[in-house]
Amino acid sequence: MSNVPVNNGRRRFLTAATSVVGGVGVVGVAVPFIGSWNPSARAKAAGAPVEVNVSKIEPGQMIRAEWRGKPVYIIRRTDAIVEALSKHDSQLRDPESAEPQQPEYATNPYRSIKPEFMVALGVCTHLGCAPTHHKGDFEEFVTGVKDGFFCPCHGSKFDMAGRVFQGVPAPLNLVVPDHSFPTEDTLLVGVAPGEA
Amino acid sequence: MNSFMAWIEKRLPFMDAMNKHAIQYPAPKNFNFWYVFGILATVVLVNQILTGVWLTMNYEPSGDGAFASVEYIMRDVDYGWLLRYMHSTGASAFFIVIYLHMFRGVMYGSYQKPRELLWIFGMLIYLVLMAEAFMGYLLPWGNMSYWGAQVIISLFGAIPVIGEDLTIWIKGDYVISGATLNRFFALHVIALPLVLVILVFLHILALHEVGSNNPDGSNIKKPKGSMKPEELSKFTFHEQYTKKYDIVDAIPFHPYYTVKDLVAVVIFLILFSWVMFFFPEGGGYFLEPPNFTPANGLKTPEHIAPVWYFGPFYTVLRVIPDKLLGMIAMFAAIGMLFALPWFDRGVVRSFRYRSKLHLLNLTQFAICFVALGVLGTMPASDLANLIGRLATLGYFGFFVFLWFYSKGEKTKPVPERVTG
Repeated sequence: MSNVPVNNGRRRFLTAATSVVGGVGVVGVAVPFIGSWNPSARAKAAGAPVEVNVSKIEPGQMIRAEWRGKPVYIIRRTDAIVEALSKHDSQLRDPESAEPQQPEYATNPYRSIKPEFMVALGVCTHLGCAPTHHKGDFEEFVTGVKDGFFCPCHGSKFDMAGRVFQGVPAPLNLVVPDHSFPTEDTLLVGVAPGEA
Repeated sequence: MNSFMAWIEKRLPFMDAMNKHAIQYPAPKNFNFWYVFGILATVVLVNQILTGVWLTMNYEPSGDGAFASVEYIMRDVDYGWLLRYMHSTGASAFFIVIYLHMFRGVMYGSYQKPRELLWIFGMLIYLVLMAEAFMGYLLPWGNMSYWGAQVIISLFGAIPVIGEDLTIWIKGDYVISGATLNRFFALHVIALPLVLVILVFLHILALHEVGSNNPDGSNIKKPKGSMKPEELSKFTFHEQYTKKYDIVDAIPFHPYYTVKDLVAVVIFLILFSWVMFFFPEGGGYFLEPPNFTPANGLKTPEHIAPVWYFGPFYTVLRVIPDKLLGMIAMFAAIGMLFALPWFDRGVVRSFRYRSKLHLLNLTQFAICFVALGVLGTMPASDLANLIGRLATLGYFGFFVFLWFYSKGEKTKPVPERVTG
């Protein structure tokens, strides 16, 4: 032990400085531990957005795409179909799309960004079967409604905005996934408008 | 032998610790049956750890293999069915025992000064236990495992701004997948049990520092020198306790309470075995029917219900029409319990010597909690929502009322010495 007088101010400074450096180190060490919880490259690749060229879809026609393992229905609605949407509100469970089954930018009477293009997951909200598109012959299921979706498993019915009819087992409207139109003709499923 | 023990004692105070925490630990002599649940919780913890380790020997933590490996354990591994039922029944038993243990503390005011930290450690144990149970329930990779996790994780999506990214970070994927299963497995099997054991250790250490409460809520540690020698407990207690206080109305934890607890353990094990051998699925409450089909992201079970022990908080979440507010209320319901020592501004601990109003409040709290739990396992309906909202009010009301009336509460005198 030396007998040099103790400089308390210097000791405190050194202790504080060491603690700060140590604290920065702890934050640095936390980075890999927290970062490793992000989706891995493989998961990212499997969940990547899907690009669809919509210019070739005929009016009234539906095509399917696959995104994150689920079928995506893309329908080009004619003006007549869009107009007919508001005529059967009283027969629907959730005509105003109050349940959060769609992103906010698609919470409108068409449940889409453009009235012309409907994008929805082809997964029945009852037990996950794939509803069938009935073009022009939907009246056998709901009188007065020409087009719609009918789920063959348990008879759930949806209109051309994916809204569920009353009196069927499915509780909710079809899910509208995030989607956007980077150009006039391309639809990107999985990316919201304005996102990268 | 004695010289061997002496050799050890010189290097590690083993006997001293045994004396301090068991053989010469002064426990109030008036414990009733409500005081057995701490030991029972320890018994279940040991059961969970042992059977858990054995289950991992045959379990395969992967999206492709998990469900099949649980079936393999149930059908092909010798005694695999028994080990698994011990573990799954143990999970429910753990919560039954913990809820009774907690209610004991609420009834007799065991959270009051100076036992606040002891109560906080207990609540932390409860919180970690819920996380442990939630993650464990995903591992069989049944369809209820999957959708239950889906519902709970999607809750975090209600947090503004970061919510959606947070759920993806928790899942490690855009949907619940093998990545989620694997991290839950790691947490369930390694991280959380480790935390749990450390917390239990701290809980017991904190208990032995402040001493056990008793059904009278009276103090068995009197100021040093305030008692006549003939009034002191006749037993030998560790000097840790006697050097600061005069100990009255106490008996050593061992052998008096170890023997008493043994009776409780035997009764508990009889009930436990009865459930495990005859109703291992607990009537669909311990193991839910949809969990006998593999996880399927495309097939939602008709009625997604959490396991019964999450029922009370699930109901609070569900009866509030706004998702974010519901989530806040659910976490607040647990937060209220943490803050109980500060909601109660009274000085009398046990309900025995508190006001009629307190007894009433305590009763309505118990009824509301049970009602919330029952509703949590039932499908939502208008009536269920109404009752659920009333029970939620009653639950939160308990704490608010308590804060108001506990300050100037009209209480009966607490006896100086413990009664029978």
